[in-house]
Amino acid sequence: MWEYTDKVREHFLNPRNVGEVENPDGVAEVGSIACGDALKLSFKLDENKRIQEAKFKTFGCASAIASSSALTEMIKGMTLEEAQKVTNQDIAAFLGGLPEEKMHCSVMGKEALEKAIENYQGAPAKEPGAKIVCECFGVTDREIERAVRENNLTTVEDVTNYTKAGGGCGNCHDAIRQIIERVRAEAKPAATPKMTNIQKIRMIEEALEREIRPSLKHDGGDIELIDVVGNRVIVAVRGACAVCKASDITLKHFVEAKLRDLVSPDLTIEEVAP
Amino acid sequence: MKTVYLDNNATTQVASEVLEAMLPYFHEYYGNPSSMHSFGGQVARRIREAREQVAALIGATPDEIIFTSCGTESDNAAIRSALATYPERRHVVTSRVEHPAVKSLCANLAGQGYRITELPVDKNGILDMEQFVGSLAPNTAVVSLMWANNETGVLFPVEKAAELAHERGILFHTDAVQAVGKMPVDMKKNTIDMLSFSGHKLHAPKGIGVLYVRKGTRFSPFLIGGHQEKGRRGGTENTPSIVGLGKACELAARHLSTESSAVRRLRDRLEEALLARISQSRVNGDILQRLPNTTNISFEFVEGEGILLLMNEYGICASSGSACTSGSLQPSHVLRAMGVPFTMAHGSIRFSLSIYNTEEEIDFVIEKLPPIIERLRGMSPYWTPAAQACATV
Repeated sequence: MWEYTDKVREHFLNPRNVGEVENPDGVAEVGSIACGDALKLSFKLDENKRIQEAKFKTFGCASAIASSSALTEMIKGMTLEEAQKVTNQDIAAFLGGLPEEKMHCSVMGKEALEKAIENYQGAPAKEPGAKIVCECFGVTDREIERAVRENNLTTVEDVTNYTKAGGGCGNCHDAIRQIIERVRAEAKPAATPKMTNIQKIRMIEEALEREIRPSLKHDGGDIELIDVVGNRVIVAVRGACAVCKASDITLKHFVEAKLRDLVSPDLTIEEVAP
Repeated sequence: MKTVYLDNNATTQVASEVLEAMLPYFHEYYGNPSSMHSFGGQVARRIREAREQVAALIGATPDEIIFTSCGTESDNAAIRSALATYPERRHVVTSRVEHPAVKSLCANLAGQGYRITELPVDKNGILDMEQFVGSLAPNTAVVSLMWANNETGVLFPVEKAAELAHERGILFHTDAVQAVGKMPVDMKKNTIDMLSFSGHKLHAPKGIGVLYVRKGTRFSPFLIGGHQEKGRRGGTENTPSIVGLGKACELAARHLSTESSAVRRLRDRLEEALLARISQSRVNGDILQRLPNTTNISFEFVEGEGILLLMNEYGICASSGSACTSGSLQPSHVLRAMGVPFTMAHGSIRFSLSIYNTEEEIDFVIEKLPPIIERLRGMSPYWTPAAQACATV
């Protein structure tokens, strides 16, 4: 049995705003019966352009019904600008949290809200250029990218929990992995410009100490940081590494890759002249 | 709140007679049956008696009974033994609707280079015997087909299938976890080589299983250790559970006629009333070739988890084949193999009865369920006037 919070149970047992708004200003349907959950959201604005009424119809599990109920309660009284800022995490938080495997229910709520607003604004319903990645559940690359970005997802399993993508035949797991890598690579450069030289050196030292040295020591080797010149990281190899023919490869493929991943993608590694 | 327990294919209540028989073996008679002293020896005698009770239920001889820890262990032991004793054979025949104990094991074997044939079933969950025969090859090591399906109760003609396999010199194993105790199983009247079943499905405790191995069948142990179970399964005997299982088998033998009469009558009463009171509902699986205690009903355009949780509010316990409850994102592999449409598969509920259910309990469910379905359909975007008018069943 799922560990639902009391709030999820309460919204499932006594859902608010079930139905369809008459003469709605915005309406959207997301999900499908084949996928196991679907949500039809409709809303109406008042004279001040605030959401006066929001209603839902949902096919799905208890958490899908509770998420829909929560969403309609949350957005009532909001302007569309405010509503657009509601994230799937806000929906989950409103309910006191959802089991990881059920986070896709909150994502479905967010999607429905977004599409209903687009519907009101007359924007295209389908994101241009979006490509289906998961055939089983009809999930696009854009949807996966966004879930990864907004929820800081790192594994295929995370993506499945949040979007359902990859939860069927599993053929798209590689594609999902590539999207995760791409999004996470994009996310990093934003942090680099702010880094001072001192910060950079500290981060390099920390990465060497925590992530790199232990594995080298395991093989009887070691590494020492000599200098950092711009993005050039100058090191000396010690112990077994100093006589190991493969140490060049280790430096490039392991140490440099690690530092790029943990500190900055612009770093290059150089071995100090012996 | 009173519990109305209609989930007996998941697990059953330990019968009070069983519990009573077990209790002395936790504290009072705790000796090791392998010991030389009579304190242990008396326990060995009691295990012998339990083995006879178990054998009697399925028409076996006591030395054909191996006690294991669960149905899953029995299935693993049987299939792996067949592969170990016929190492040159690299092919296994099974079906698409097996329990994970067999299905996942076969997937694992496929990863090790074995060829696995998963036989399809028709829309009623019935096996195509011609296709079965066609799948048997000279290098087939073993056929493993379940006797009764845990989700639908549909029966496979395993006795006939075993003969067909034997004509080609192939070992036959059946996962009879759902069959034993609910219907007559007589190993004297068939040629099945290995059969698995589990204590907790027939009012014995969890943690005890049986693997029947027909006399003369080559066997290679799964758990290698001491000389227990004649070297066919190492590990100190789970004495209280073995004693309990013996008692449960004795009771099951006595209650077999109740299963096929009173339990069947209650099941049919439940099924007929629900189908009559709830539109667009239907039974999954063949209604004739199935267990007397099981019904799997789909309610179109609603999702199973909601049904279960609303029934839970009344203390009614059942299961669903929906995606949300399966722990995966897709509906049950059994319903998918049968080609049950998505509109139906997500809203499937399995009721599985036992001899301890009463008519009042069944009538309580008949009263409570129709408004639950109506309520969920009222929330469903698919329950449109057009859908309501379109009687697809």
